[in-house]
Amino acid sequence: MIIGLDVGGTHTDVVLIGDQGIERETKVVTDHSNLFKTVLTGLEKVTEGIDHKKINRIVLSTTLTTNAIVQHKLAPVGMIVAGGPGIDPEYYRTNIDYCCVKGSIDHRGRETEPVNPSEIKQIRDQFRKKDIRYVGIVSKFSVRNPQHELTINEILGNSFDKVFMGHRISGKLNFPRRIATVFINAAVYPIHKDFFEAVKRSLNKKGFTMPIHILKADGGTMTFDSSVDFPGQTILSGPAASVMGSIAFASRDEENLVLDIGGTTTDMAVLIDRVPVLNALGIQLDGYKSIIRSLATQSIGIGGDSHVCIENGKLKIGPERLGPALAYGGPSLTPTDALVALGIIPELNKDKSILGLKPLAETLNLSLDQTAQKIVDQTCNEIVKNAHKMVREINSKPVYTVHEVYEDYTVKPKKVLVLGGPAQHFAPNLEKLFNLEVKVVPRWSVANAIGAALARTTCEVTLFADTEQGKASAPEENFFRNVSQLFSKEDAIKIAYDLLKEKAIKRGADPQDLDMEVLEDLEFNMVRGFYTTGKNIRIKVQVKPGLIHGYDQISNS
Amino acid sequence: MLSAKHKTGLVFFPAFDWAISPTHPEREERLLYTQDQVFEEGILDIEGIEEYRPDLVTVKDVQRVHFCVPSVWDVMTESHFISAGGAKTIGMAVMDKRIERGFALVRPPGHHAMRVVHGARGFCNVNIEAIMIEYLRRAYGINKVAIVDTDCHHGDGTQDIYWHDPDTLFLSIHQDGRTLYPGSGFMQEFGGPTALGTTLNIPLPPKTSEEGFLYITENVVLPILEEFKPDIIVNSAGQDNHYSDPITNMNFSAQGYAKLTSLLKPDIAVLEGGYAIEGALPYVNVGIILAMAGIDYSKVREPDYNPDRIRQSKDITGYIEKTAETVLGLWDQRVSIGEKVRGKDKIAERTRRLFYDTDNITENQKESLMVCPDCSGALRIDSTSSRDKHILAVHIPRDACHACKERGYEWYDVKPHGYDIKFLQDRPQDKYLEDHKGKE
Repeated sequence: MIIGLDVGGTHTDVVLIGDQGIERETKVVTDHSNLFKTVLTGLEKVTEGIDHKKINRIVLSTTLTTNAIVQHKLAPVGMIVAGGPGIDPEYYRTNIDYCCVKGSIDHRGRETEPVNPSEIKQIRDQFRKKDIRYVGIVSKFSVRNPQHELTINEILGNSFDKVFMGHRISGKLNFPRRIATVFINAAVYPIHKDFFEAVKRSLNKKGFTMPIHILKADGGTMTFDSSVDFPGQTILSGPAASVMGSIAFASRDEENLVLDIGGTTTDMAVLIDRVPVLNALGIQLDGYKSIIRSLATQSIGIGGDSHVCIENGKLKIGPERLGPALAYGGPSLTPTDALVALGIIPELNKDKSILGLKPLAETLNLSLDQTAQKIVDQTCNEIVKNAHKMVREINSKPVYTVHEVYEDYTVKPKKVLVLGGPAQHFAPNLEKLFNLEVKVVPRWSVANAIGAALARTTCEVTLFADTEQGKASAPEENFFRNVSQLFSKEDAIKIAYDLLKEKAIKRGADPQDLDMEVLEDLEFNMVRGFYTTGKNIRIKVQVKPGLIHGYDQISNS
Repeated sequence: MLSAKHKTGLVFFPAFDWAISPTHPEREERLLYTQDQVFEEGILDIEGIEEYRPDLVTVKDVQRVHFCVPSVWDVMTESHFISAGGAKTIGMAVMDKRIERGFALVRPPGHHAMRVVHGARGFCNVNIEAIMIEYLRRAYGINKVAIVDTDCHHGDGTQDIYWHDPDTLFLSIHQDGRTLYPGSGFMQEFGGPTALGTTLNIPLPPKTSEEGFLYITENVVLPILEEFKPDIIVNSAGQDNHYSDPITNMNFSAQGYAKLTSLLKPDIAVLEGGYAIEGALPYVNVGIILAMAGIDYSKVREPDYNPDRIRQSKDITGYIEKTAETVLGLWDQRVSIGEKVRGKDKIAERTRRLFYDTDNITENQKESLMVCPDCSGALRIDSTSSRDKHILAVHIPRDACHACKERGYEWYDVKPHGYDIKFLQDRPQDKYLEDHKGKE
C-alpha cells in the first residue's frame, strides 16, 4: 500500500491506496508553526490499525521549503560566483555574502581565465569568520566544464557543512538562474534536512522502514536521501500534486486542461496524452528565477472565496480573499455566495449571502438573481480567459529550426478537468464557455494526496559532446569521457539513456517503470576553415512525469 | 534585479536545420554559440526583454520589393520566409508599441539581394530589411526610413532597391570595395537622379578599429540622421567588422559594436553577416542586445580582447577623417549636385552587368527611369540572366504621379512581348502582376 500526503494552506490531505484503489482518506488542519506535527498526525490517522509491513511507499508533498523562502527564513549562505566576460554577475546578487571572483570558461567549455586560489582562500576565511556553514559555487558555463567549480570546492576543503555547485543542479544553460537555484538549495538545506530526518526518525520508531519519497515541482518524486543534495526541488510541489491527481482521469492521446479552483486561486495546467507540460526554464518564487524543473502552471487570483465588490462602477472579483463566504460566516461577498443565492449550493445561511448581494444589485440596477448570475458568469469568464491565455503562451514558445516552424504543433485542449471546492458548481457554466467537455475529477478533495502517492520518480539528463575536443560530458552526473571523431548522435543518446536510468533508480524509481524519452537531440557539423573538424552534439533525455504502474484502478474507485 | 531601460524585442531564429552547403560560412552552426551565450547570460529572462516567435512573410510581402525570377517560390527556401518574417515580426512589434526597439537575430541574411532576383548573391536571396520596411510602410503608413548598414560588406542589394527612393536614406559603412566583396560602395555612388543624396557610402580602410567606426558614427551618421529626420531607423547589423572575422580585414570589437548601437539607437536591428562564430558573434550579439535595451554592457568583451593590439594607425585615422569630410560635403551639396546630374533628360538609363557569386549567375540589366519632377519616377528594367531568362520588370513607386502610373502600365502592357516573364509592381495600389505566358 502507498501513502500520499500533501500539506496545503488550510488542510493537509492524506490517502492510503491499495491494489483496489483508495482505502482511506483523511484531512488534518495544517499547523504552519508545526508542520512536523501536522505531517505525523496525518500519517498516524491514515495508518491507524494498519499493519505497517503492508505499506511499501510514502510520498510527502510539503510547503516547508516554499514557506522558508517566502517568509525569508533562510540559512546564511556564502556564494562564490565566477562570471567572466558578459553581464556583470553583481546584478544577480542573491545575498550579502556574495563574492564575484576571477575565472572564466567559454561557451565551448574552454578556460579563458584561471581561478585565483589566493582570492578563494581569502573568501573561505572570511566566510568562516562569519560562521557561514553553507556555500554555493557557480561559474558561467560550468555545465560545459565544471573545472572551476570543482577547483574552488577543493580550495574550500572541509571548512563548511555543505557545498552546492552549479553544475550538479541542472544541465541547462542559464547562469543567473543557476546562481539563484544554488542559493535556494543552500539556503533551505538545513531546514529541509532537519525536518525530514525528524520525520524519518519518528516513522522508524513506529516501525515504518520504507524509504520516504518527496514530491517535486515537476510532478515527480525523489527519495529523501537523494533530496538532501537538491532540497530546492521540493518547492511548490503543491500545485503539481493536484495536477498529478487528475492524470488518472485525463484522456489518452489528446490534450486536457486541468483547473484546480480553490478558495483564493485557480491553478491551471495542461496535459498532453496524460503527461503534464513542463515549464521550459524553471520555477519562479518570491523574486527568484530558478532553473528548477516544474510543471507549466499558472495561478490566477480567482477562487470560490474571492472578494467581490464594485470598483469604478464595475464588478470586480478577486484577487484578494478576505475570508470564507458570507454564508459560512465570512466577512465579505464571494462567488460562493452567488452560488448559494442562486440555490446551486443548498445552504441554510442563504439569507446572509442575499444580504451581501443587495447593495451590489442596487448599484448595478439588477435583480438579486441577475446579480448573482453575473458574478458566477464573470468568475467563469475570467477563468476561461486566463486558461486560453495560458494555452496561447505554451503555443508561442519560440522554436529554432525551419522544421519546427513549418510543423507548427499547437496545443488544443479537447477536455477540461476541474477539481477544488467550488469546481463542480462552476462546471456547467465553464462547459458552455469553453465549448468543451468539462469533467469534475472524482475524489477531487484528496486528488492532491492521490497525485503525490502515485507520482513517478522523474529526472533529466543533459549530455554534451564536442568531438573536435574529443569530449563527451554530463557534468550534472559527474560523467566525463574522451570520445573519438566517430562518436555519433546515436552513441550519445545511448549514453544519456544509461545515465538517466542509473540516476532515476538512484532517486527511487522502479527499474521496470521508466518512461523515458528524448527531449532534444541536436547535432552540428563543426567547420573550421573549409573542413569539418568535428561534431557538436547536445542531448537531453527525461523520465516523463506520470503515474506509477499498477494503480490504474484509482480511476474506478 | 536587471531590467531593460528600453523595452526590447528579440526574434532569435538560428535556423539550426538550414545551410547553403555543409561547409559554407552560412551553415547550421553559425548562431549555435551565440545561442549558448544568450541563453547562459539569461538575457531572455531580463525584465523588459521579450522573445517573439517569427511569423512568416507572405508571397505578396516579397513581391512588394522583388522581381523574383522565375517566381518567389523558386528563389526562396522556407528559411528565407522565416528570416524575413522574423524581421517583420520585430517591425510590427515596434510599430504596435509592444516594444520600444527590437532585434531580429535571424539567418539567412539579405542585404546583397537586389530588386531583381535571379538567384543568391553574397549568401542572400531576398532582402529581409526591405521586405520588412515596405510591409511597415504599407501597414502603418510610415514614410521616411533610414537604413544604417554596419556590415563589413557593402549593402549593394539594399542600395539597389532604394537607389531611386528619396524617402529612404541608405547609409552604408563598410570595408573599402577595392579590398572586399562585392567591390562596390564608393562615395561616388550617391543615389539615382530623382533620389540623389539619399544613398551614402562610407568606405573605410582595412584595419579600421573602434575609434574609426565610432568617429564616423558620431561625426557623419548621427548629424545626417538628425537632418533627415526618419520615422524609423533600421540597422543592418552585420558583425563581420570584427577583428577575428575570417573573411574580412577590420578591427572592430564587441565593445565597439555595443557603443555604436548605443549611439545609433536603432528602432530595429536585423542581423546580417558575421562569420567568426565562436570568437565574435556570441559577444557582439550580447553587446548589441544589451545596448539596445539600455543595460550595462561594460563587461561584455571577447576573452582575447586587447584594445592595444587592434588600435588603428594614425594614417588610418587621418584617412577616415578625410572620408568623413568628403561624405558630409556630398550630403550638403546633394541638391545642387542633383540638379546638375538630372540635366534635361526625360528618361535616365543605365546598363549593368551583375554577378550572383553564390549561385554563379550573370545578369545583364538595362534600367530606364522617368526623371519626373513630381515623383520619384516610374522604373523599367529589362533583364537577361545566364540562366536564359529574359524579363521585363516595371516598378511604379509609392509616390507615383498620375503620368508615371500611366507610363508604368504602358510599359507593362507592351504587345506582343518577347519576354519570358513580365512583372509589374504597382505600389500605390499594392498590386503585383506577373505574366508568364512567354513569347507570343
